[in-house]
Amino acid sequence: MVVLKKIIKNPMGFIGLTLVLFWVIIAIFAPLLAPPGDVRDPYMIKRAGYSSLPQPPSSEAPMGLSGGGYDIYYGIIWGSRTAFRIGLIVVLISGLIGTLVGGVSAYIGGLMDEIVMRIVDLFMSFPFLIGVIIMTVVLGKGLNIVILALIIFGWRGYARVIRSEVLSVKERDYVTAAKALGLSRRRILIKHVFPNSIFPIFVLASLNIGRMVLLASSLSFIGVGSEPGFADWGQMINFARPWLTGVVGDPFAFWFTYLYPSLAICSFILGWTLLGDTLRDVLDPQLKGT
Amino acid sequence: MLKKFIIKRLLTLPLILFILSGLIFSLVAFLSPYERLAVFIPDPEVYAQAPVEELVILYGLDEAIHIQYLNWLKNVFLGDLGWSPSARMPVSRALSSRFPATVELMLLGQLVIFFGGIAIGTYTAKNHNKLGDHFFRFMTTLGIAFPGFVVGLLLLVIFYSWLGWFPPGRLSPWAMDVVGSLEFQRYTGMNTLDGILNGRFDVFLNSLRHMILPAFAYSLSTLAATIRLMRSSLLETLRKDYIYTARSKGLSEKVVVNKHARRNALLPVITFMGTSVPIMFGGAVIIETVFGYPGMGLFIVQAAHGLDFPAILGSALLVGVVIVFVNLVVDLLYRILDPTIRYD
Repeated sequence: MVVLKKIIKNPMGFIGLTLVLFWVIIAIFAPLLAPPGDVRDPYMIKRAGYSSLPQPPSSEAPMGLSGGGYDIYYGIIWGSRTAFRIGLIVVLISGLIGTLVGGVSAYIGGLMDEIVMRIVDLFMSFPFLIGVIIMTVVLGKGLNIVILALIIFGWRGYARVIRSEVLSVKERDYVTAAKALGLSRRRILIKHVFPNSIFPIFVLASLNIGRMVLLASSLSFIGVGSEPGFADWGQMINFARPWLTGVVGDPFAFWFTYLYPSLAICSFILGWTLLGDTLRDVLDPQLKGT
Repeated sequence: MLKKFIIKRLLTLPLILFILSGLIFSLVAFLSPYERLAVFIPDPEVYAQAPVEELVILYGLDEAIHIQYLNWLKNVFLGDLGWSPSARMPVSRALSSRFPATVELMLLGQLVIFFGGIAIGTYTAKNHNKLGDHFFRFMTTLGIAFPGFVVGLLLLVIFYSWLGWFPPGRLSPWAMDVVGSLEFQRYTGMNTLDGILNGRFDVFLNSLRHMILPAFAYSLSTLAATIRLMRSSLLETLRKDYIYTARSKGLSEKVVVNKHARRNALLPVITFMGTSVPIMFGGAVIIETVFGYPGMGLFIVQAAHGLDFPAILGSALLVGVVIVFVNLVVDLLYRILDPTIRYD
């Protein structure tokens, strides 16, 4: 509660939290805000006809239709669920794997730690995005493959962060005291070491929710992410690409096709970034203002 | 000690490259023998010579996977990475034209990041908690939060379709004719450098004009991170005792910041720039797609769309090797710059 209060007091943190809550509400009430046309698969963007030319906003489609008759408003609303699904699942699983691998390896130390860290180095040195593209080529396309690939390449950062924390925490007096009391290694790790080194993981996780959504939308944008027609902001911007240049004499004729999805992506990621930055300041006052 | 460290790193280099190539090759285990064939065959005409079953035996694809790996490694050393159906040429030839294009873009981007990051970072640290500092703090947050492709598309809409200042692609048609002509020597494969070396400054300028938008979009997020890092590193250095000493000696603020503090504050920034090379390779994929810039990134995307395994494998190998070498150089640079570091 103290942390939350401090976040709200900070103007950047307040904006971040507001943006995140805004998207949470939209995601929760998606079925009310944009009733699905096909109840079996609400994530497929509703289509109003198959005209290849985008249609400007009207009373039927408040944000217009992109090429192929896709309803932009519908895609934005349901895309928020996709964004949360990607961000939360990837961060939760990769955070858990990274924390366990990094924490245990740092606590045990020695050869085990050396080997694990070399593996992390190897993963760190390969471009995340290219790695994920290769995975999607080998495993096939689709949102679940993207999530899997992001997890495979996403745990390394957590492993690094928790490792340096555990290395410093395990030298503290209270850990030595616990050892002297004869507690088992597992108990010390779970009861004493992890709770005292976990905070940076939360900061990294909140920053990473935005980053993972950014990566997933980038993949959809270049066409190796979600399947065509799926409510996904990156893909909606990809739809808009042929219309960027507008028509002769009016370069902004199809502004609605790229503006709304761009605003959605940017505000979502900005919210999590601001929240993560503020969280770091609050949890680690030493870093404040840096 | 430094010599010992360098020797140790150089000795582990082949091992790292061996593991890296092994990991990349392990991807072909997911492929059927027929798809795998494409990774080994240098020319599609080979397909016409014999039935696929015979080719599988001819290229040893029915043997154990480690034998296949060694065969592949032998081909790689001979510069043969297979045939790319999406580029309709051998992978090695496609890479040799695509790779310099990306390097050119990255170099321009790194220049922007290096000088922009240091200049703006110093400015914000000097004006700590003043208006300029708050402004750039906000801008860097946006730079980190906004996806590269959104920024890129925005730039494309404004500067290409609205104002018509910058064209997409890599060269204008007339410049392409010049570069393709016989009297134009390709020294590096980078249009800007080759333009200067051939004395064709019009080609140099034309190439630069095509690169400004992508280079800007591409360096934005790394630039934002560099500014932040430079700022916090300089702020920390300015609190050190020797800065008080320098100030109490009566040195001007300019000399204190530029001569005493900044040099020491640069260390983490240079390390960060080195470690950001892998991230920038990833960024190249997105930005080159947005601007239709024919580099490695666009090549990888096209290969991914066409399920072109030889091209994917070859690109991954090249990118991996380049990054291993960049990491080595950054490590060395770091140790030369920082005398306090231990060599164990």
